[in-house]
Amino acid sequence: MRIRTVTAMAAMTGLTLAIAGCSGSDDGTNTPAPDSTGGQASEITGDITVLTQRTDIVDTIFADYKTQFEELYPGVNVTFEAITDYEGEVTTRMSTDDYGDVLLIPNSVKASDLPDFFEPLGTVEELSQTYRFITTEQNYDGLSYGIAITGNASGLVYNKRVWDEAGVSELPTTPEEFIAALQMIKDNTDAIPLYTNYADGWPLTQWESNRCEITANPNCVNELAETDAPWTEGSDHYVIDSLIYDAVAAGLTEPDPTTTNWEQSKGDLGDGTIATMALGSWAIVQMQDAATDAADIGYLPFPVQVDGAFHSVISGDYKNAINVNSDNKAAARAWIDWFADESGYATDQGGIAPRIDGPTPDTLADFAAADVQYIELTPAPEGKESLVNDIDQAGEIGLWAPDYRQRIVDAARGARDESKQDIFDDLNSRWASARAQVAG
Amino acid sequence: MPTSLKTAPRSAKRRISVPRSIVPWLFLAVPLALLITFTFIPVANMFWYSFTSWNGISKDKDVVGLSNYIDLFTRPELFRVFFVSLYYFAASFVQMALALYFATILSFSTRFRNLFKGILFFPYLINGVAIGFTFLYFFRPGGTLDAGLELLGLGDHQQFWLGNPDIINFSLAGTSVWRYMGLNFVLFLGAIQSVSPSLYEAAELDGAGRWAQFRYIILPSIKPIVSLSFILAISGSLAVFEIPYIMTGGANGSKTFVIQTIDMAFEYRKVGLASAMAVVLLFIVLLITWIQRRIVPDEKVNLT
Repeated sequence: MRIRTVTAMAAMTGLTLAIAGCSGSDDGTNTPAPDSTGGQASEITGDITVLTQRTDIVDTIFADYKTQFEELYPGVNVTFEAITDYEGEVTTRMSTDDYGDVLLIPNSVKASDLPDFFEPLGTVEELSQTYRFITTEQNYDGLSYGIAITGNASGLVYNKRVWDEAGVSELPTTPEEFIAALQMIKDNTDAIPLYTNYADGWPLTQWESNRCEITANPNCVNELAETDAPWTEGSDHYVIDSLIYDAVAAGLTEPDPTTTNWEQSKGDLGDGTIATMALGSWAIVQMQDAATDAADIGYLPFPVQVDGAFHSVISGDYKNAINVNSDNKAAARAWIDWFADESGYATDQGGIAPRIDGPTPDTLADFAAADVQYIELTPAPEGKESLVNDIDQAGEIGLWAPDYRQRIVDAARGARDESKQDIFDDLNSRWASARAQVAG
Repeated sequence: MPTSLKTAPRSAKRRISVPRSIVPWLFLAVPLALLITFTFIPVANMFWYSFTSWNGISKDKDVVGLSNYIDLFTRPELFRVFFVSLYYFAASFVQMALALYFATILSFSTRFRNLFKGILFFPYLINGVAIGFTFLYFFRPGGTLDAGLELLGLGDHQQFWLGNPDIINFSLAGTSVWRYMGLNFVLFLGAIQSVSPSLYEAAELDGAGRWAQFRYIILPSIKPIVSLSFILAISGSLAVFEIPYIMTGGANGSKTFVIQTIDMAFEYRKVGLASAMAVVLLFIVLLITWIQRRIVPDEKVNLT
């Protein structure tokens, strides 16, 4: 993947930084919005650098975006900088002033640090009228700092053909049925029933996004801060992590998890070497692209039903934000609004549109057919925006890190001398003491 | 201008007069600037971070005094990963023995010696990431190693080379030997070749065999290099990072102290504590080097 180095951009003179909030009064997503900031589009001028993690499409799809955008705003010149190790590189660069004009907020930035690095885009109250994910993500003190580029539903990608061949006709509604389905795949086909992608690590964190589906409780994340034992029978984490453990212990995953390969796994799911992987809905398009027949790729809800319905948590992907040190904030803002409203990025990538009135993607047709109920998480109570995260880091548990799930996989396949309950007990005790430490 | 250039030699030679004492510093200016910018300033920063509770991103760094160090030394599990270093330490002896063996053989007039020198040194030139990926394919089930065993009729000995927690560190240490042996080899070879040929001649006249030549001429002459390699081996095995990080990310019991430090800084965002760990590692390496120098003092080699 190519990384472009971009020299510091000369600031355009005479630019006023008046940024009026972009009201979401315009209707569909296809009408151009020449007048979105209270001035004519032609009045917005300046060069902006846009950081992106999409090294794969920066020269193709993003180049088209640039053309379209610059037609609307002739005074603006957009340069992209695609970064492979986005999180790592951008968090380091944020210690300088030079981290682009528009960038995706790295996930590791604490809510309370947002005002130091990013320009507020408007109040949560106002922006949440138009956009999804505003109330729960990347906001602080009533101000919102980022608009999602796309949204994801959580679940599992699977190869429909393999599941059919194995004779699984119904969507599993309990973890036990899910394990039984995997067993049928193992018995009746040559496919690996469930692929953990253990070696790359981060795919294991995708399981975490299914939390709150098991209890169908949108407040489940906030409640983590109120409990000393998140891994208690019946809890979200207990069910998710038990499912991983049981699948591995029953030999329903790849024979040697330590040598898995993410890039290869996409093609393997497509051709039926792999039957199932736990990944967010963002992965569906990538899997379809890698498949011989895109129609083989389907999306399963997490195998638990509450009141007879499946649930899926939807959440924002990376959020576009403005560098607080940017010299061309008006142009940067115009890009963010255009990206969310007009670019069609979310839909093209099979994601949930950031606009509330945006279209539902075709990729989630399976969910519509199964009548999956979407859950959007409850915002954290004021002053506790980063509490769960703080406990997680203080206890070095890493809900969004691969380590403890790798440990579960290792224990389940007999490579570590501890039981599932041992691990859960240890996690609980670390959670409890970290909670006391953070509170204290 | 060309014309003035032509006339220049005619005029009196212009010399910039520089006081003698400054000259060496002028030569040193560039390397020193690089050293200070890329080594001393970052290390100084690391010391400073180790006294803060910085998360690596925030603008404000709260000074917490020694609390990171206290935290570190009251958590023995953080030092347990040094056990993994023992595999690499043991492997470094294999590595030095092999390097010494090849260096000795290839210092005599062996057929195709330049070719073999190239082959042996080659792995050291390859990018570590490429080596990591190559060996991932080598060790995966049905990969190169398993296929090789199959060919040799040793199919029964196939293992999960990285999946088995009892084997993984041997596999990784083996990769490390493959990669770094070339460097040891070149160091040893250079030292051996600096031995005066007349010594060998004299030894041969006295009827000394290859082993005697090695034992009484080569080994004593390259003692300083062997002892240097030994220090490098110790500090290297304490700070193993590249190969396990790329190949397993520290999973399945292959986590080393440096990987743990990286996790602490970038996964749990405890840059302060991670810096303290890095400082402690620095002092451990310095301490071991010092002890080693006390036990095996540097002596001047003089065979003639």
